[in-house]
Amino acid sequence: MALLGRTANGLFWMFRYIERAENTARLLDAGQRISLTNLSSEPDEWQPVLVSAGVEAAYNAKYQDYDAETVIDFMLCDRDNPSSVRSSLETARTNGRMVRTALTRELWEAVNESWLVIQRRLSAPVSTRELPAVIDLVKRQGALIRGAFQTTMLRNEIFDFCNLGAFIERADNTARILDVKYWLLLPEHSQVGSALDNFQWRSILRSVSAHRAYAWEYDGEYQAVNIIDFLMLNRRMPRSLAHCYHLIAESLGYLDRNYEVHHPCHNTAMAIRERLAGASVRQIIDGGLHEFLEGFIRDNNRLAQEIGQSYRFYPGS
Amino acid sequence: MKPFDEMLVTDEVVRDPYGRFHEWYKDQDPTLLGEKAGEAEAFFRRTGITFNVYGQHEAAERLIPFDLVPRIMARAEWDNLAEGIEQRVTALNAFLDDLYHDQEIIKAGKVPERLIAGNEAFLDVMRGFRPPGGVYTHIIGTDIVRCGENEFYVLEDNARTPSGVSYMIENRETMMQMFPELFAQNRVRPVETYPHHLRRSLAAVAPPACEGTPTIAVLTPGIYNSAFFEHAFLADQMGVELVEGSDVAEIDGRIQMRTTEGYKPIDVLYRRVDDAFLDPNVFNPSSMLGIPGIMDVYKNGGITIANAPGTGIADDKAIYSYMPEIVEFYTGRPAKLQNVPTWRCADDDSLKYVLDHLEELVVKEVHGSGGYGMLVGPTSSRDERELFAEKLKKKPSNYIAQPTLALSTVPILVDGGLAPRHVDLRPFVLVSDKVRIIPGGLTRVALKEGSLVVNSSQGGGTKDTWVLRD
Repeated sequence: MALLGRTANGLFWMFRYIERAENTARLLDAGQRISLTNLSSEPDEWQPVLVSAGVEAAYNAKYQDYDAETVIDFMLCDRDNPSSVRSSLETARTNGRMVRTALTRELWEAVNESWLVIQRRLSAPVSTRELPAVIDLVKRQGALIRGAFQTTMLRNEIFDFCNLGAFIERADNTARILDVKYWLLLPEHSQVGSALDNFQWRSILRSVSAHRAYAWEYDGEYQAVNIIDFLMLNRRMPRSLAHCYHLIAESLGYLDRNYEVHHPCHNTAMAIRERLAGASVRQIIDGGLHEFLEGFIRDNNRLAQEIGQSYRFYPGS
Repeated sequence: MKPFDEMLVTDEVVRDPYGRFHEWYKDQDPTLLGEKAGEAEAFFRRTGITFNVYGQHEAAERLIPFDLVPRIMARAEWDNLAEGIEQRVTALNAFLDDLYHDQEIIKAGKVPERLIAGNEAFLDVMRGFRPPGGVYTHIIGTDIVRCGENEFYVLEDNARTPSGVSYMIENRETMMQMFPELFAQNRVRPVETYPHHLRRSLAAVAPPACEGTPTIAVLTPGIYNSAFFEHAFLADQMGVELVEGSDVAEIDGRIQMRTTEGYKPIDVLYRRVDDAFLDPNVFNPSSMLGIPGIMDVYKNGGITIANAPGTGIADDKAIYSYMPEIVEFYTGRPAKLQNVPTWRCADDDSLKYVLDHLEELVVKEVHGSGGYGMLVGPTSSRDERELFAEKLKKKPSNYIAQPTLALSTVPILVDGGLAPRHVDLRPFVLVSDKVRIIPGGLTRVALKEGSLVVNSSQGGGTKDTWVLRD
């Protein structure tokens, strides 16, 4: 059966926004942990959370100060923030409703129920005390959706477009977290090999459910080289750029074979994957971590656009 | 006078079709049934069986309340009704074909020409064109009310784009999940085969340009349409694409949909978009919902549109009062299903009668639907009647009036047990190579005590509708 371009687009964005909702919650988790330690003496400790989510400009248009309650509300509930948990889930669900005929009943119900439950939970302001429970709820609903997706969906092009959305969004999110914190990794240009006694990094790893995994993989201290390797190049780490691109290239490969057409977006994805596979941490640092990440975010966005063109997401294509 | 109750003749005497249900009901714990009602609502909410309410910004998705007590019809009752429906839909299609060709019925003096010529629902563009298979209205939802043991009336023909069939199917699904034992005790004819029949019915009227197995698609105005759930549901159940106007374009004389692999022609389009929005080149030029050029493709045999444009003339409320004559004219037999007596306010005598008897009558707009813009005399206030009389006098031809019928009642579940509420019935009929009628339909129920308005937009609910095999 044919798949409409608009449906492919809806699947892609539904999964981008499901991923984004969870990522926004995870960013708040990291922000909360950092602020609770009171290690930071900076008054604007919540600002990096907004920068990571790419919503600093939207926030500044509305508010002047970065106080915890306001940032949390903006990131969780605010409809003016398209990346807030509430907006993300609303967009995901609207897309899901539009492409409902492409989804199994289980997957649609998981998405619809998540939207219902979380929307209800976010209808009143969330205090810092309630924040951990809300973050847990968002993560749990995300797991429910992914579980329904993995266990009930046919492995066809519908599955591939969902995966593409999820992993392009996740790669973008991971790159942004790193980019906001890159100056923490390399405070002095030279001290690359030295151990970081850094609570912030542990919090960030924890927020991506990876602090134990890090310990397994690197056996010990928080070192800049290892953290960069872990979040960017380590294919075993499910949120790393390399892992995301492994799956993106795989999904595009399935689509090529399914449609018996090789689209240029597949080449773009392969090139990004090869760049990640061939890179060493040392090279990345020498060439400039920030520059590398900026380039990656740009390329990742370009790939998303190319996928939309290749598979006719929009009228006139 | 007490209206006809379909379950209870008296408090002790139960009508036959309800016998086994009533036995079952007497053994149920009322509290538990109350909980089941809550479960049903949660189920509808979770699966997203909702309809959108126009003009309400927040929380625009509503549930249609579902009542657990089924509406039950015996086999013989249904068979009689089905025969009448088949006769009526056959006549409707013959009527449409005649109107868009030789207009024999007008020449015969059975229907006045002025009702056709000046009517917005009559589309000049359809004159002289015969759709594939000669079928105009493929999907019909005949609204029927009952006033006594053998007294049925057709209220409306709904020959354009009737909705509600998804509720018929989901209501059954819900009942079967909650009370499987009831379906073991009663032999109920299935309704869940509807999408299968719909697909077959549509495939049987493929256009001349179709090669091989027809490609079918459902055209929806989009997710903000009040019936979007149903559009998605039907596409899903039939296993066909759900398209919006922006997904399709006229290419090489065919209507084609934009897929991930390029453009693919559509053979049969089940459109849930009104005539006025269907083709901006021909109808409303500002329509964003339609498909520019589809009417040309249609008339050149490149696509089948179901229902055909211009079927609205057949279910026009001004035409309605002529239905007995229309049925007899085309089928050669008296109509098996009765019309509700109707006063056409365009006639001076009728208008005078209607104005004098507003308190007893139901007055409707000729083009209205959804229970909007009508006056229910017996439950109206003096002010409402006076206001309505003004409107009526300004444009009498815009209105018809009917007596307030004593609609039959079927009990619903309330806190104190069972209580009678007025119902109507919308069976769904498919016309193509043959007429397919799904046994049952959608029973709509006025949840307010004494109310006669069953529309979901006005606080009505629905019931599962059973036709028994024996």
